[in-house]
Amino acid sequence: MATTRSSAWLAGANPLAKLGAGIAITGVLLISVDWVSSTVALVLEIAVLPLAGLGARLLLRRGWPILVAALVGGYGTALLAPKTGEVLLSLGPILFTTGSVGSGIAIALRGLAIALPGIIVLASTDPTDLADALAQKLRLPHRFVLGALAAMRLVGLLVAEWQTLGMARRARGVGGEPGFFRGLKASLGQAMALLVQAIRRASRLAVTMEAKGFGAGERTWARVSSYGPRDAVVVGGGVLIAAASVAAAVVLGTWNPVFA
Amino acid sequence: MGVNIPAVVPARISAKGWGWQHAGRAGQAVHDLDLEIAPGERVLLLGPSGAGKSTLLHALAGVLGSEEGADEFGSLLIDGVPAAQSRGRAGLMQQDPDSQVVLSRIGDDVAFGAENLSVPREEIWRRVGAALDAVGLQLPLEHSSSALSGGQKQRLGLAGMLAMMPGLLLLDEPTANLDPVGVMEVRDAVRRSLDASGATLVVVEHRVSVWLDVVDRVVVLAPSAAGEPGGVLLDGPPATVLTQAADMLAAAGVWLPGRIPAVRQRIATIKHDVGDRLLLEASDLSVSRKKSGRRHRAEPVAVVPSVRICAGEALSVTGPNGVGKSTLALTLAGLLPAAGGTLEATAALARGAGSSPLKWRGRELISRIGTVFQEPEHQFVAGSVREELLFAPRLLGRGTESVDGLLARLRLEHVGDANPFTLSGGEKRRLSVATVLAASPQVLVLDEPTFGQDANTWAELASLLTELLDAGTAVVSVTHDAAFTHVLGGEQLVLGEEPGQAADSTPSIPAGEVVQR
Repeated sequence: MATTRSSAWLAGANPLAKLGAGIAITGVLLISVDWVSSTVALVLEIAVLPLAGLGARLLLRRGWPILVAALVGGYGTALLAPKTGEVLLSLGPILFTTGSVGSGIAIALRGLAIALPGIIVLASTDPTDLADALAQKLRLPHRFVLGALAAMRLVGLLVAEWQTLGMARRARGVGGEPGFFRGLKASLGQAMALLVQAIRRASRLAVTMEAKGFGAGERTWARVSSYGPRDAVVVGGGVLIAAASVAAAVVLGTWNPVFA
Repeated sequence: MGVNIPAVVPARISAKGWGWQHAGRAGQAVHDLDLEIAPGERVLLLGPSGAGKSTLLHALAGVLGSEEGADEFGSLLIDGVPAAQSRGRAGLMQQDPDSQVVLSRIGDDVAFGAENLSVPREEIWRRVGAALDAVGLQLPLEHSSSALSGGQKQRLGLAGMLAMMPGLLLLDEPTANLDPVGVMEVRDAVRRSLDASGATLVVVEHRVSVWLDVVDRVVVLAPSAAGEPGGVLLDGPPATVLTQAADMLAAAGVWLPGRIPAVRQRIATIKHDVGDRLLLEASDLSVSRKKSGRRHRAEPVAVVPSVRICAGEALSVTGPNGVGKSTLALTLAGLLPAAGGTLEATAALARGAGSSPLKWRGRELISRIGTVFQEPEHQFVAGSVREELLFAPRLLGRGTESVDGLLARLRLEHVGDANPFTLSGGEKRRLSVATVLAASPQVLVLDEPTFGQDANTWAELASLLTELLDAGTAVVSVTHDAAFTHVLGGEQLVLGEEPGQAADSTPSIPAGEVVQR
């Protein structure tokens, strides 16, 4: 979670425009299971990464679980899909054919292409900007949106608190004993202690917010959530990526809608 | 609201027979209070623990109203309007700096209150700039609010209040969790803003000397427990009240200017041969909270050439904020791995458990090195005060006879069955020390044990530690408190004199500084 606004080009766009573009791309990819539309979308999404300030290394560090999930999903599909085409590998019950491996690759690519817009939007969006957009543009209740925003800040503090609690409890003799169940018991106790601290801190924060007049009727906004030319480019870009992947799949004859 | 810049209108407070009973409590937190505070007055609110000082501030800030099942008596008015309905007229600052900050960028955080009062946008940003200037936080508006020191966070909170242009500032022990530099920063920022706005001030604080130059009136509340009359006990100019009530205030644990509470002095003379009294020895120790990876070592926050911890001797770790004092203490206590150098327990301390404290099991650690954390709540592991004290003896398979003695020694008998989280600040501190002592460790490590403590708890703590020292316990304390360091005696380790460097130095406080009560 970024604490200061990133300087990437996409960070300057309205969060809702980014969400819209992301929904356009993922919506199209959800409709069809084919490798052409997924590949086109994935390539174009990767081309957009620099605009979000995401390098290959940072992307791998943040997105590796998704990569693993896509590979596992692809492998499972290759194993279970209808065995059409030539046999590539046969080891007892394990049978890969060109057809099943093709389906597997399509599923893996589709998974990546669907997940990547989400990563791009998250990485380039400041939580405060998102809250402003949700409250001012989508007219979601500001009590709810700003409450969630303040709570998110506390989550960051809890990480440091967990470390301190671990040491403070070891100093009382809790934990550090051999054995899985003793360790589990100590961790559960520490989680309870963290919960207690989180609730106490949240209630103090609530007093602070209340004392600052929060929750009493109408409010003004110091930051304006607005749309600009950049947002048109972002939405247009998203629609373009979606259209290009559909067009390529239709032209190459691989378009394969899930509901057909 | 026109084009004119609105000026702050100082608030008038009027309490008539006011009382408040929290939901589910037998007695009233505040009882039969009659108090008039004129616009622009600056009032220091004193009183023993449990006199309802915080309850009064919260009521004035309008944040008590949402409590269900609570009962209000009499009237509490701000400018003739009930306080519960005048939210926005008063700004409230609490003790915990982290709970003071709402948003992640400082500009947004200062704007938050003004937004809630529906101040027009251009006016908000004008006020944000002015408020940050007033509290002396010259940082970019985009600066992260998490990356501030405690004193800076409190000043940020103050800026947020100033941007609401309140007629009344309410400060609830605003400097209790701050180091001496932070205390002065916050005090000066409050004074500057009051001089500029003329707003009314009500501040609650144990340490009178901090606010003495700022306030023009001192109000002492009476305890409002069952059978007590409640209300105001004393009221008047600071000099008069502090002289009239000096003994009563001192007995209530208030820190009076120029008075250091009487404590038990050390009797054992420091022997100069280290010999078999050596318990822990560190050389070229570098400390860090980050774990060293296989590829790159963690950047140490502090490097200490040599530390020797000996039975019956005190070591005080001092120095400015952020130089790694706490990190060093945690490393010495066997709670954090050293980033470099060596830390070894001698045979006298290890007693067969191995020379590295970090590798000791929980029960091995607590009977050798006891650590008292800055925040007592972090160390509570049981449901009642008595259970907390029984925890260590049970873990060690020892008898539990010593528990009653500890309860009495630290004046905790009356809360033996209470939940530790419901105790007062001073009681929590005493309990956290008692729980660690219940394991009778040979080395006691304390991180800022005197922060925010009233004079009584301070004196008890200092007396207890001199007793332990004389009985042969080694005491390592991280502290900004010069009087405390002086009472304990022993060596001082000053960190951060040069960046990344540390050196041993001899105590620099002149002898005879301790004043008897």
